[in-house]
Amino acid sequence: MRSLGQGGIGALVSFVGQVRDINDGSSVSSLTLEHYPEMTKKALEKIEGEAKSRWDLIDTCIIHRVGTLHAQDQIVLVLVASAHRGDAFSACEFIMDYLKTSAPFWKKEATSQGERWVEAKLSDDVAKERWQK
Amino acid sequence: MHIKVLYFARIKEAVNYSTEDIQLPDDVQTITALKNYLSLRGDTWADLFNGKQTVRAAINHELVDNLAIIHAGDEVAFFPPVTGG
Repeated sequence: MRSLGQGGIGALVSFVGQVRDINDGSSVSSLTLEHYPEMTKKALEKIEGEAKSRWDLIDTCIIHRVGTLHAQDQIVLVLVASAHRGDAFSACEFIMDYLKTSAPFWKKEATSQGERWVEAKLSDDVAKERWQK
Repeated sequence: MHIKVLYFARIKEAVNYSTEDIQLPDDVQTITALKNYLSLRGDTWADLFNGKQTVRAAINHELVDNLAIIHAGDEVAFFPPVTGG
Protein backbone atom coordinates (compact mmCIF):
# COMPACT_ATOMS: atom_id res chain seq x y z
CA MET A 1 0.00 0.00 0.00
CA ARG A 2 2.80 2.36 0.89
CA SER A 3 4.42 1.81 -2.52
CA LEU A 4 1.07 2.22 -4.33
CA GLY A 5 0.62 5.66 -2.82
CA GLN A 6 3.97 6.83 -4.14
CA GLY A 7 4.26 9.29 -1.32
CA GLY A 8 0.70 10.58 -1.70
CA ILE A 9 -0.73 8.68 1.28
CA GLY A 10 -1.39 11.08 4.14
CA ALA A 11 -3.71 8.80 6.13
CA LEU A 12 -3.82 5.08 6.73
CA VAL A 13 -6.80 3.95 8.82
CA SER A 14 -7.03 0.37 10.06
CA PHE A 15 -9.79 -1.55 11.79
CA VAL A 16 -9.18 -4.91 13.45
CA GLY A 17 -12.17 -6.95 14.68
CA GLN A 18 -11.47 -9.43 17.48
CA VAL A 19 -13.33 -12.37 19.00
CA ARG A 20 -14.89 -11.42 22.36
CA ASP A 21 -14.97 -14.00 25.14
CA ILE A 22 -18.57 -13.15 26.05
CA ASN A 23 -21.71 -12.65 23.95
CA ASP A 24 -25.37 -12.31 24.99
CA GLY A 25 -24.47 -13.22 28.57
CA SER A 26 -22.62 -16.47 27.81
CA SER A 27 -18.89 -17.05 27.83
CA VAL A 28 -17.63 -17.96 24.38
CA SER A 29 -14.79 -20.44 24.09
CA SER A 30 -14.51 -20.49 20.31
CA LEU A 31 -16.14 -19.19 17.17
CA THR A 32 -16.42 -20.93 13.81
CA LEU A 33 -16.92 -18.84 10.70
CA GLU A 34 -18.58 -20.30 7.64
CA HIS A 35 -18.73 -18.45 4.33
CA TYR A 36 -19.75 -18.73 0.66
CA PRO A 37 -16.38 -18.41 -1.06
CA GLU A 38 -17.39 -17.30 -4.57
CA MET A 39 -19.91 -14.80 -3.25
CA THR A 40 -17.63 -13.55 -0.49
CA LYS A 41 -15.01 -12.48 -3.01
CA LYS A 42 -17.57 -10.65 -5.17
CA ALA A 43 -19.28 -9.03 -2.17
CA LEU A 44 -16.03 -7.69 -0.72
CA GLU A 45 -14.89 -6.38 -4.11
CA LYS A 46 -18.25 -4.65 -4.54
CA ILE A 47 -17.97 -3.00 -1.11
CA GLU A 48 -14.44 -1.80 -1.86
CA GLY A 49 -15.57 -0.50 -5.25
CA GLU A 50 -18.46 1.40 -3.68
CA ALA A 51 -16.12 2.93 -1.06
CA LYS A 52 -13.71 4.04 -3.78
CA SER A 53 -16.55 5.67 -5.73
CA ARG A 54 -17.72 7.62 -2.67
CA TRP A 55 -14.40 8.82 -1.26
CA ASP A 56 -11.04 9.82 -2.64
CA LEU A 57 -9.05 6.72 -1.74
CA ILE A 58 -5.62 5.54 -2.80
CA ASP A 59 -6.14 1.90 -1.83
CA THR A 60 -8.15 -0.45 0.37
CA CYS A 61 -7.55 -3.93 1.75
CA ILE A 62 -9.93 -6.36 3.48
CA ILE A 63 -8.81 -9.60 5.12
CA HIS A 64 -11.48 -11.78 6.76
CA ARG A 65 -10.65 -15.05 8.47
CA VAL A 66 -12.81 -18.19 8.33
CA GLY A 67 -12.75 -21.45 10.26
CA THR A 68 -12.37 -21.79 14.02
CA LEU A 69 -11.09 -18.85 16.08
CA HIS A 70 -10.65 -18.27 19.80
CA ALA A 71 -11.12 -15.34 22.17
CA GLN A 72 -8.98 -12.35 21.23
CA ASP A 73 -8.14 -13.81 17.82
CA GLN A 74 -8.36 -11.29 15.04
CA ILE A 75 -11.33 -11.89 12.71
CA VAL A 76 -11.17 -9.04 10.26
CA LEU A 77 -8.76 -6.37 9.05
CA VAL A 78 -9.78 -3.33 6.99
CA LEU A 79 -7.12 -0.93 5.74
CA VAL A 80 -7.89 2.31 3.95
CA ALA A 81 -5.29 4.66 2.52
CA SER A 82 -6.05 8.18 1.32
CA ALA A 83 -4.44 11.58 1.02
CA HIS A 84 -6.40 13.02 3.97
CA ARG A 85 -7.84 11.42 7.10
CA GLY A 86 -11.51 12.30 6.57
CA ASP A 87 -11.88 10.06 3.54
CA ALA A 88 -10.01 7.17 5.17
CA PHE A 89 -12.00 7.30 8.45
CA SER A 90 -15.38 7.44 6.68
CA ALA A 91 -14.52 4.76 4.12
CA CYS A 92 -13.26 2.38 6.82
CA GLU A 93 -16.52 2.69 8.78
CA PHE A 94 -18.54 2.32 5.57
CA ILE A 95 -16.66 -0.85 4.59
CA MET A 96 -17.22 -2.43 8.02
CA ASP A 97 -20.93 -1.49 8.09
CA TYR A 98 -21.46 -3.06 4.67
CA LEU A 99 -19.32 -6.09 5.43
CA LYS A 100 -21.41 -6.81 8.55
CA THR A 101 -24.67 -6.77 6.60
CA SER A 102 -23.91 -7.96 3.06
CA ALA A 103 -20.83 -10.21 3.00
CA PRO A 104 -21.81 -13.90 3.32
CA PHE A 105 -20.17 -14.95 6.59
CA TRP A 106 -21.92 -16.74 9.47
CA LYS A 107 -20.62 -17.18 13.01
CA LYS A 108 -21.31 -20.15 15.22
CA GLU A 109 -20.30 -19.81 18.88
CA ALA A 110 -19.23 -22.55 21.24
CA THR A 111 -20.44 -21.55 24.73
CA SER A 112 -20.71 -23.29 28.09
CA GLN A 113 -24.36 -24.03 27.10
CA GLY A 114 -23.40 -25.61 23.77
CA GLU A 115 -23.12 -24.37 20.21
CA ARG A 116 -25.35 -21.67 18.73
CA TRP A 117 -25.53 -19.61 15.56
CA VAL A 118 -25.02 -15.90 16.15
CA GLU A 119 -28.16 -13.87 15.34
CA ALA A 120 -27.92 -10.88 13.02
CA LYS A 121 -28.32 -7.58 14.87
CA LEU A 122 -30.79 -4.86 13.96
CA SER A 123 -28.17 -2.29 15.05
CA ASP A 124 -25.95 -3.47 12.17
CA ASP A 125 -28.76 -2.79 9.67
CA VAL A 126 -29.26 0.65 11.21
CA ALA A 127 -25.51 1.34 10.93
CA LYS A 128 -25.64 0.46 7.24
CA GLU A 129 -28.72 2.57 6.56
CA ARG A 130 -26.97 5.80 7.54
CA TRP A 131 -24.88 5.47 4.37
CA GLN A 132 -27.89 5.29 2.03
CA LYS A 133 -27.76 8.15 -0.43
CA MET B 1 -35.22 -25.93 -16.11
CA HIS B 2 -32.19 -27.20 -14.29
CA ILE B 3 -30.54 -25.18 -11.48
CA LYS B 4 -28.03 -25.66 -8.67
CA VAL B 5 -29.09 -24.78 -5.12
CA LEU B 6 -26.74 -24.16 -2.20
CA TYR B 7 -27.57 -23.93 1.52
CA PHE B 8 -25.49 -22.31 4.25
CA ALA B 9 -25.20 -22.10 8.04
CA ARG B 10 -28.33 -23.04 10.02
CA ILE B 11 -30.25 -23.77 6.83
CA LYS B 12 -27.59 -26.23 5.67
CA GLU B 13 -27.76 -27.94 9.08
CA ALA B 14 -31.55 -28.16 8.95
CA VAL B 15 -31.74 -29.72 5.49
CA ASN B 16 -28.63 -31.81 6.15
CA TYR B 17 -26.76 -31.10 2.96
CA SER B 18 -25.09 -28.15 1.28
CA THR B 19 -25.83 -28.45 -2.42
CA GLU B 20 -28.19 -30.11 -4.88
CA ASP B 21 -29.21 -29.99 -8.52
CA ILE B 22 -32.91 -29.45 -9.07
CA GLN B 23 -35.07 -29.84 -12.16
CA LEU B 24 -37.72 -27.15 -11.69
CA PRO B 25 -41.27 -27.30 -13.06
CA ASP B 26 -41.95 -24.62 -15.70
CA ASP B 27 -44.05 -22.50 -13.36
CA VAL B 28 -41.27 -22.04 -10.77
CA GLN B 29 -39.49 -18.93 -12.00
CA THR B 30 -38.85 -16.66 -9.02
CA ILE B 31 -37.23 -16.95 -5.59
CA THR B 32 -40.68 -16.86 -3.96
CA ALA B 33 -41.88 -19.66 -6.24
CA LEU B 34 -38.77 -21.71 -5.47
CA LYS B 35 -39.28 -21.22 -1.72
CA ASN B 36 -42.90 -22.36 -2.07
CA TYR B 37 -41.81 -25.33 -4.17
CA LEU B 38 -39.21 -26.40 -1.58
CA SER B 39 -41.76 -25.97 1.24
CA LEU B 40 -43.74 -28.87 -0.23
CA ARG B 41 -40.93 -31.30 0.64
CA GLY B 42 -42.03 -31.67 4.26
CA ASP B 43 -42.08 -30.06 7.69
CA THR B 44 -38.37 -29.19 7.83
CA TRP B 45 -38.58 -27.43 4.49
CA ALA B 46 -41.86 -25.75 5.25
CA ASP B 47 -40.47 -24.40 8.53
CA LEU B 48 -37.51 -22.89 6.68
CA PHE B 49 -39.31 -21.46 3.69
CA ASN B 50 -42.82 -20.54 4.85
CA GLY B 51 -41.75 -16.98 5.63
CA LYS B 52 -41.53 -17.18 9.42
CA GLN B 53 -37.73 -17.20 9.34
CA THR B 54 -35.69 -14.62 7.50
CA VAL B 55 -34.02 -16.45 4.62
CA ARG B 56 -31.82 -14.46 2.26
CA ALA B 57 -31.26 -15.54 -1.32
CA ALA B 58 -28.53 -15.03 -3.89
CA ILE B 59 -28.51 -15.80 -7.60
CA ASN B 60 -25.09 -16.32 -9.14
CA HIS B 61 -23.41 -14.80 -6.06
CA GLU B 62 -25.49 -11.59 -5.95
CA LEU B 63 -28.00 -10.90 -3.16
CA VAL B 64 -31.51 -10.77 -4.62
CA ASP B 65 -35.05 -10.21 -3.37
CA ASN B 66 -37.98 -12.62 -3.54
CA LEU B 67 -39.16 -11.31 -6.91
CA ALA B 68 -35.87 -12.10 -8.66
CA ILE B 69 -36.19 -14.27 -11.77
CA ILE B 70 -34.35 -17.60 -11.92
CA HIS B 71 -32.86 -18.76 -15.22
CA ALA B 72 -31.70 -22.19 -16.37
CA GLY B 73 -28.19 -22.96 -15.13
CA ASP B 74 -28.32 -20.41 -12.28
CA GLU B 75 -26.68 -21.03 -8.93
CA VAL B 76 -29.23 -20.13 -6.25
CA ALA B 77 -28.18 -19.91 -2.60
CA PHE B 78 -30.29 -19.72 0.57
CA PHE B 79 -28.85 -18.53 3.88
CA PRO B 80 -29.73 -16.72 7.10
CA PRO B 81 -28.90 -13.02 7.60
CA VAL B 82 -25.11 -12.66 7.61
CA THR B 83 -23.07 -12.25 10.81
CA GLY B 84 -19.47 -11.66 9.76
CA GLY B 85 -17.01 -8.98 10.84
